[in-house]
Amino acid sequence: MPKAILYDSTLCIGCRACEGACAERWGLPYNDKVANEERISAHKLTTIETHGDKFCRRLCMNCLQPACVSVCPVGALQKTALGPVTYDPEKCMGCRYCMQACPFQVPSYEWSQRMPRMRKCDMCYDRQSHGKLTACAEACPVGATKNGDRDALVAEAQQRIAEKPDQYYHKVYGLSEVGGTSVLYLSAVPFEQIGLRTNLPHEPLPMLTWRVLEMLPDVVSTGSVLLGGIWWITNRRGEVARKERKGR
Amino acid sequence: MKPRLPKVTVWRAIFAAIMLSGLYATYLRVFYGLGGSTNLTDKFPWGLWIGFDVLCGVGLAAGGFTLVAIVHIFAIERYKPVLRPAILTAFLGYTLVVVGLLFDLGHPERLWHPLVMWNPHSVMFEVAWCVTLYSTVLFLEFLPVVFEKLGWHKPMLWIHRISVPLMILGVLLSTLHQSSLGTLYLIVPEKLYPLWYSPLLPLLFYVSAIGVGLAMTIFESWHSSRAFGRALELPLLASIGRVLAVLMSVYLWIRFLDMMHRGVFGLLAQNRIETWLFALEIALLAVPTVLLYQARIRMNPGSLYACAVMIVLGFVANRLNVGITGLEAGSGTHYVPKWSEVAVTLSICAVGFATFRIIGQYFPIFETHSVAHADSEVEETEEDSVTV
Repeated sequence: MPKAILYDSTLCIGCRACEGACAERWGLPYNDKVANEERISAHKLTTIETHGDKFCRRLCMNCLQPACVSVCPVGALQKTALGPVTYDPEKCMGCRYCMQACPFQVPSYEWSQRMPRMRKCDMCYDRQSHGKLTACAEACPVGATKNGDRDALVAEAQQRIAEKPDQYYHKVYGLSEVGGTSVLYLSAVPFEQIGLRTNLPHEPLPMLTWRVLEMLPDVVSTGSVLLGGIWWITNRRGEVARKERKGR
Repeated sequence: MKPRLPKVTVWRAIFAAIMLSGLYATYLRVFYGLGGSTNLTDKFPWGLWIGFDVLCGVGLAAGGFTLVAIVHIFAIERYKPVLRPAILTAFLGYTLVVVGLLFDLGHPERLWHPLVMWNPHSVMFEVAWCVTLYSTVLFLEFLPVVFEKLGWHKPMLWIHRISVPLMILGVLLSTLHQSSLGTLYLIVPEKLYPLWYSPLLPLLFYVSAIGVGLAMTIFESWHSSRAFGRALELPLLASIGRVLAVLMSVYLWIRFLDMMHRGVFGLLAQNRIETWLFALEIALLAVPTVLLYQARIRMNPGSLYACAVMIVLGFVANRLNVGITGLEAGSGTHYVPKWSEVAVTLSICAVGFATFRIIGQYFPIFETHSVAHADSEVEETEEDSVTV
């Protein structure tokens, strides 16, 4: 049963407890200065963004069919059955295609390091695989961030909308965006008003490249026969011409 | 040579200045990381080193496989005089692409990782394999030049024995990765501006690479004829110009149809930077294409050269638009390369030009056909006699 996170923007009070818990879990420094940076970076893997009187939390969406996993040439990124997308820094060669491919612009890079790593939230893979909640969900004092099975959270999100239709924008973000994500959003206003990208296709992005890549064996086999055949024909023509010239 | 000495000195001074700035930029890259040497950010992870050094580098080296296919597979032997320079350009080009990658990768010492740690779903994985294999193929295709210089006949025969499968492999590998560089960007439909994002990117990258490969052949023939004081193979280059005109027409027509089917012509009415960059790119490609249909232009060395240069610039504009400028709005950021990124790129180009010149001086790049096959030579001289 894949895990997920439900973030309800209407409940969030912007206390940033999730940020602190996340920093602690990763062993990253957290202070007022970091708290004020409202964007995810290599030293801040989740953030609360302020949009007027609304809040929006940003973190890795741990997509169901992640573009980053499909583009990584060395398989440093993996989609686990549990839900989280994990990263192996020992494999990573630093091509940063994951950053380019991510539709949510989540992966961050340690630009100033001489031995840099990509950094992103992995939905507390270690904690969740031991049956614990993600650090952020555990820290949230108002239940704005909830961690659990994805199916259950989707049902709960839809139930919340049904129960209080006037308080919610009637969609769950992450349900089908790029084929579905592990982080689901509820909001009082349309999602673009709290800084979420709404121009995303609803089919998984890896399909876009795979459709071309899967033709590779056909191209190679057809190409070899075609080129070999052309060479055979033209070469024969050359041989005949050469013989005729000698005959003369 | 003597009266041109001062000019050479100026070029050498420029070369030295570029190399010095490149060295300092390399120092920054090594000791201060990508952060200290580039303007890349989390929102804009690929800059000039990918957009120019890799995307353009690989494309500009496409003359190698194009001419191998023309001369050896389609057996159009009269193009032989430009084959070796094209293979040399390709070999140098790919070597320099790898140098550029070493600058750009966060962990250059792990360049070999994709060969061991597989992910067949990754376009980058496929490109890594193709570029590695094709660089090997180019090395083997270039070896006869070295053997000829050293007078080693035995290894020459060995290479000859495997040459046909080798050449077919080279053309296939090029087909794959030239198009795959376009496939790389299929994964960013929400970021790349619709004037450039198209499901046909792989095809467009492939066709334009063949075109620019031919344009580069004209470009380097013109330059080497001046540098080495040789006669220009004008009728030959003019016929390449003819092929180029047709090929670029096909390319532009595919782009027109693609844009029409995607219904994006309306975007051209918007006064945005992308519109102007698109117009520049298309003008640089379309103007020389139209001009090359005229014999008067093709048979004039200066005009032919100018057309080739325009197509090369148009190609570069296209790759930079796909790889850099077309992504800025969608990524919600601006990117201007840092001086050190430009310095490294210029240094890589300068090394390329210098190495080409040195190898051209000491190895049989240009006169090979007069040594190799005496009997096909008859036709060749008939062609060339028109030139002089």
